[in-house]
Order: sequence, then C-alpha cells, then structure tokens
Amino acid sequence: MTPKLGLPAEQIERCRRYARQVAEGVRRETESFTTVSTERTVLRLLGVDGVDEQDAPIPNRVVESLLQADRLSRGAAVWMGSALAGGDAGIAEAARRLANPAEARSLKEHPRWREALVPLVERSLSRIAGNRAERERRLASHAPDELPLLYAIVATGNIFEDIVQAEAAARAGAQCIAVIRSTAQSLLDHVPFGATTAGFGGTYATQENFRLMREALDRIEPDIGRYVRLVNYCSGLCMPEIAAMGALERLDMMLNDALYGIIFRDINPFRTLIDQNFSRRINAAAGVVINTGEDNYLTTADAVEQAPAVLASQFINECLALDAGLERWQIGLGHAFEIDPNLEDGLLYEIAQAQAAREIFPDSPLKYMPPTKHMTGNVLRGYQQNALFVLTSVATGQSIHLLGMLTEALHTPLLSDRWLAIDQAKAIRINARNLADEMEFRPNGRIVRRAHEVLEGAERLLQHVAGIGLFEALATAAFADTRRPRDGGRGREGVLPRDPEYSNPFREAWDHEPAGAAS
Amino acid sequence: MSASQRDRTRIRPYGDKWNDGVVQVSFTLPLPHSGVAVEAAKRYAEKMGIRDPYVALAQPVAPEFTFFIVYGKAVHEVDATAISTEEAAVPDLHREQIDAEIARRFGRRLVVLGCALESDAHTVGIDAIFNPKGFAGDYGLERYAGFDARNLGAQVPVEKLVRLAGEVKADAILVSATVTQNEIHIKHLTDLVDMLEAERLRDRVVLVAGGARLDHALAKELGYDAGFGPGTTPGRVAAFLLEEVSRRHGTEEAK
Repeated sequence: MTPKLGLPAEQIERCRRYARQVAEGVRRETESFTTVSTERTVLRLLGVDGVDEQDAPIPNRVVESLLQADRLSRGAAVWMGSALAGGDAGIAEAARRLANPAEARSLKEHPRWREALVPLVERSLSRIAGNRAERERRLASHAPDELPLLYAIVATGNIFEDIVQAEAAARAGAQCIAVIRSTAQSLLDHVPFGATTAGFGGTYATQENFRLMREALDRIEPDIGRYVRLVNYCSGLCMPEIAAMGALERLDMMLNDALYGIIFRDINPFRTLIDQNFSRRINAAAGVVINTGEDNYLTTADAVEQAPAVLASQFINECLALDAGLERWQIGLGHAFEIDPNLEDGLLYEIAQAQAAREIFPDSPLKYMPPTKHMTGNVLRGYQQNALFVLTSVATGQSIHLLGMLTEALHTPLLSDRWLAIDQAKAIRINARNLADEMEFRPNGRIVRRAHEVLEGAERLLQHVAGIGLFEALATAAFADTRRPRDGGRGREGVLPRDPEYSNPFREAWDHEPAGAAS
Repeated sequence: MSASQRDRTRIRPYGDKWNDGVVQVSFTLPLPHSGVAVEAAKRYAEKMGIRDPYVALAQPVAPEFTFFIVYGKAVHEVDATAISTEEAAVPDLHREQIDAEIARRFGRRLVVLGCALESDAHTVGIDAIFNPKGFAGDYGLERYAGFDARNLGAQVPVEKLVRLAGEVKADAILVSATVTQNEIHIKHLTDLVDMLEAERLRDRVVLVAGGARLDHALAKELGYDAGFGPGTTPGRVAAFLLEEVSRRHGTEEAK
C-alpha cells in the first residue's frame, strides 16, 4: 500500500528502537525463570494428557508433584526422560509415578534422559510441522482469499451447537471461525479436558473441542471451495498449553496477548510474560497467526485518548513477537473501531488510526475489532455502526475483520445476526473494492494531522516505557488506566527460577532451526 | 383524539393507526428455504397471535435454516391501567448537590465498591457507572468528591468482595450483571446476599444490582435494596446511594 499520511520514517524508527529496548528489558528480567504452565506444556508435547479420578489434568498433577519434590526448576522433561530411561514402560506409567511427590523426590537423574525423550520430541515436532504443511497445502489448493478476512465468532457454550453455527457462517462467507471460550477460562490454572456441552458464554478451549471443530471445518472445505481458519484463545494462565493444543490440532489463528491477561484479568505480569514467550514460540513453529489484544484498551478507556497507547502497545507487541520467533506475517496486531459515534469527526479519527496502523506495520496482518462500547440495544443503529466499521476496514486495507454483531451487548449472536453481519461485510467489501486505491488524504487535513498526533503520543509513551521498563510501566498505569504491580495478580506463585542445568527440549529444538524452516 | 384520551385498558401496538396492532417480528426456522418454510413461518406467526402475517423476507442463511421478517397485526391487548411498576425512588439531584449533601450529612466520603461477580467478565456496566467519564454525558461515581468509589472490575469472587466490604467498611456495594447464561447471574447475586448476611454485614451495606436483564422488582426479590436496568445514568445511582445511606444512618434531612 502506498503511504498516504506522510508519517516520518525516522519517527517510526525511533518508536521501534524504544520498543526494542522494552522487549530487551522483558527478556533480561524473565529469561532465567520458568513457570508451572510452561512445564505442563512440555509434558503435553511429550504426550502426557488426560485427567485423574478428580478430573485434575495429569500434566498438572505431575508438575505439582515435581514442584513439591523441589525438582521442577530443572524442567519437567529431565524427570520424564529419567523415568523412561530408568525403565518405565511408557509415558502414562512415567506420569503416574512422577505424580507421586515421594517417587518424584527419590527418582535419580538418568544419564540418558535426553535419548529417552528423542522419539517423543520428534513425534510432536513432526506432527506440528505436518499440520503446518497441511494448512499450506490446503490454502494453496484454492483461489487466494479475499481481504479483509471475515472473522465470525460462535458462542453457544456447546461445541456441537457451535459446529452447526460455524458451518452456517462458513457457508455464508466467514473465512475465520473463532470459538468463544467459556467465561473466565483465562483464570483457570489448568486446561479442562474433553468436549464442552454446557459452558458459560462459550466452550472451554480443550484439545477435544479443537479437534471437533477442526474436523467440521475441514469437512465443508470441498463443498465451499475455501479453507476456513480456526481461531481460539491462548491468553490467560495457560498460554503455552493452549498454544500447544492448537499446534497439535491445526488451529490457524490464536489470540495471544499477555497484556490482555495482565490488564483485564489481573494475571500476574511476570508469570504471563514468561508464558507468552513460550506460547508464541509454539505459535511460530506451528505457522499460526497470532492476534494481539490492543482493542481491549478501548473498550474500557476512552478510544480517542487511548489511541497513542494502542499504537505504542502494537510496537511493543511486535518486538515481543519477533523475539519469540514469529515472522511479521504471523503478527496480527489488534485495534478497534470504538470511538463514540456521536463525536464530531469520530469517523475521520477511526480512518486515521486504521490507516496509520496499516502504514506503520505494512507486513503484518492487522486484526480490526468492531464497535462494542457504543452499542446501545438499538440494533438498527448498531448495524449502521458496523457498516461504517466495514467501510473503514476496506478503505484502509485491514487484514482480519472481526464481524460486529447488531445484537452486541444483548445476547450471544443468533444465527441470523451472524448471517446479517457477513452479508453486510461482503456487500461493502465488493461495493468499495478499490476505494483504498482511489483515496488520498489532504496533506494537512484532519486525518493526516490526527495520525501524526497519535504517532507522536505513541513515541512519547514508548520513550517513557523504555525508560522505566515494561513492568514498572504496568505498575504505574501506562496502559488502559489500570495499575498492575509486578508481583500482584493471579498466578505469581507459579513462577520459579530455572536451574543452570534447566532443559526444555522443544524450545531447544525450535531455537536451533531458523523460523519457518518447519515447512 | 390524543393518545392520552384513548382507552388505555385495551392497548395494542401502533403501526400507523390506533389499535391496528402492527408488529414486525424476525426469527429463524430450522428449515431449508422453500414454500413449506414460508408457509411454516406464516403459521408460526399466526400462533403468536399475528393476523394476516406478511412474510417480507425469507432468507436462506444456511442449507437448513431460513431467516424471516414478518409483518402482521397482533390481536392481543393489554390493560395498561392495571400495571404498576416499581422503580427505585430517586431524588432529582445533580452531582454538585449530591457532593454537597454528602459533605453536610456525613462529613466524610461514602465508600462504594463496584464489580461484576465470579464468572461475569464484562465490565461495561460497572464502568459506565464508575469511570469518571460516565455514561450518556453523565459523569461516573469516581468523579464525585463525595464518594470513595472503588471499581474492582470483573470476575470478583463473592468471598473476596465480602471480605473487602468488611475491611473498608463499605457503605454500598454495586454489582453489575451484564451477560447471563442459564441464569447464572441470579445465583451469584443471591450468593452475595447470603454471604453478607452470614458475615452480619448486610444491614450495614446498601446493596444495588444493575444490568441488562435486571429491574428494581427482581433486585428486591433477590434481597437487594434497588435494581437499575439498562440506560441508568451514574447520577441516578449516586442520588439513590445518598438517600439510602442517609436512611440507614438516620441522618436524612427532616422534611
């Protein structure tokens, strides 16, 4: 896309340098730690799964036991490998043994623990690489996707009903299906097991739910002549575990943002930034496109005032994502159309922000979120706002367009609500197909001035955050008017220092191959 | 004849004539788009009491589903004179007056806690009442000098809320229930009442519920002092808190 806003390249460069400093600071502070969720992820990737008689996931049992036995700081893999090398018949038996703290304590490190894990590590790595190749093969077998990708949510709370609604949406033209998670899953320090039929406001992100929906979307692919991308949510206390499940079941897009958990779910910043890194590392290997959560800043705080914070956060998120091995095409930076529809020139500000994001991150798929805050229950007014949102999206070349529902804030989407949203977006997308190419902005007009202002605000904020570090910035309410102290929030107790001899065989394998080499 | 002079004992929807009963309904039937589906939609409308249903739109929205927009004339009537609604009694005061009254009556700030409970992850309701910017041009409680307003956000466990209410000697608790599924919000709302009673705090705290599916009558039934539905401005809540806290403390101005 040709730049139209005249944003100074050197200013954008300065923003990236500040963001780099921020990301370096996070890396320095977090790299010598691991978390219970990271270790559970390693176990899951090695093949540990299922629940015990109390419905507690086996990976949780093993990690709790290793923690109790004071062995977790070496990494769960070391002990799983030692149990297997020492003669345990298989992964289930080894897990059963390690889930007993006394046995975990008495287990000796086996000199050949690494070799014992090789086949298990290889099996997961090749399944993940295979899923990635499979996605690429399927995508290549169809015509290129029309942009922006239309992204629809399903939220019935029953995965089998979700499948009915997802199929309907996909046939109507949805290109991405996001299965909304059960309310408050982000606060669970374990991943539920099995298919969900009675969730609250959504279904749990479970490996079985992932598998069921993937299978359903693949089933209709030949019929509709398109590959339908499946989306779910990593953010929360189990970021890397859910990323691993997504990698194993060929999810295509995953919401992945520690900042979201920190600000909106009061999850401990330290814990979740460590989790995020491994989670994104898994997404990178799986060829998943991540979605970041900057849109959320606008749902609580004022959209006009928070615009620079959104942009600043996008810069930071980009750096943190690159550090985890994601490539730019995988970094779906988020923002939203949330300005008060009664504000004079509010639409112009929306266009300025969307266009600026497009120009500043030309190689990243931008994830554009619909109005939610100013939806009043007047469904026709809501439909009108959604139309302006689609038009802005098309006119500024957004990549992933989350469809707004006319009944937002009333109830979870009805089948017809979703159809109306898809119909509206398709109509505007075709009706305004080349609008972006035809549009230029007055050099010193309102849109250009607004974009410059927002970039300046973002630079000031980034400079500030680079100076004090991300943790201090969060503790002093630099984002979304919310204070999150470094040691506050949920899940802090699940962080532990790594032993100098710590090992995570998956991380080591991925770090040794250049990103993208899996395909 | 003006509308107010007409017979309010037999009210029907007004399309463009008195008592014509014209309604528009939309719904989806799990039937493929076909003559059968259209006829089924008409019959369904008739069963809803809609005479002469006219199917304006029969839109296939999936292979097995058709979406309808139907117009027609509803035959049912209601007697509006027989309806009484209960609303929280709220004096008509603006922010400066409320702040001044709090200072005069209490000589301190009133401590108000607000949140959404347990699994409810939505802050839109509580934010509208608390955030300084407020809602519909009306400033939120955090902007008032008279309130020590603490927005605890979403997903606050009942237990934690009750503990905090005791610790900070809260004068009032506002609970927002935004999105509900399987009536879970009712359970959380009653859990809060039960636990406040168990901790002997209920009488000391003014308890208010708000949300899209709540009204004053339901809130009272659940053991709350007031309920506020959608569209409530922070100023109304503030004025209610002033009066209700005063009533409890016996500091209400002699009138």
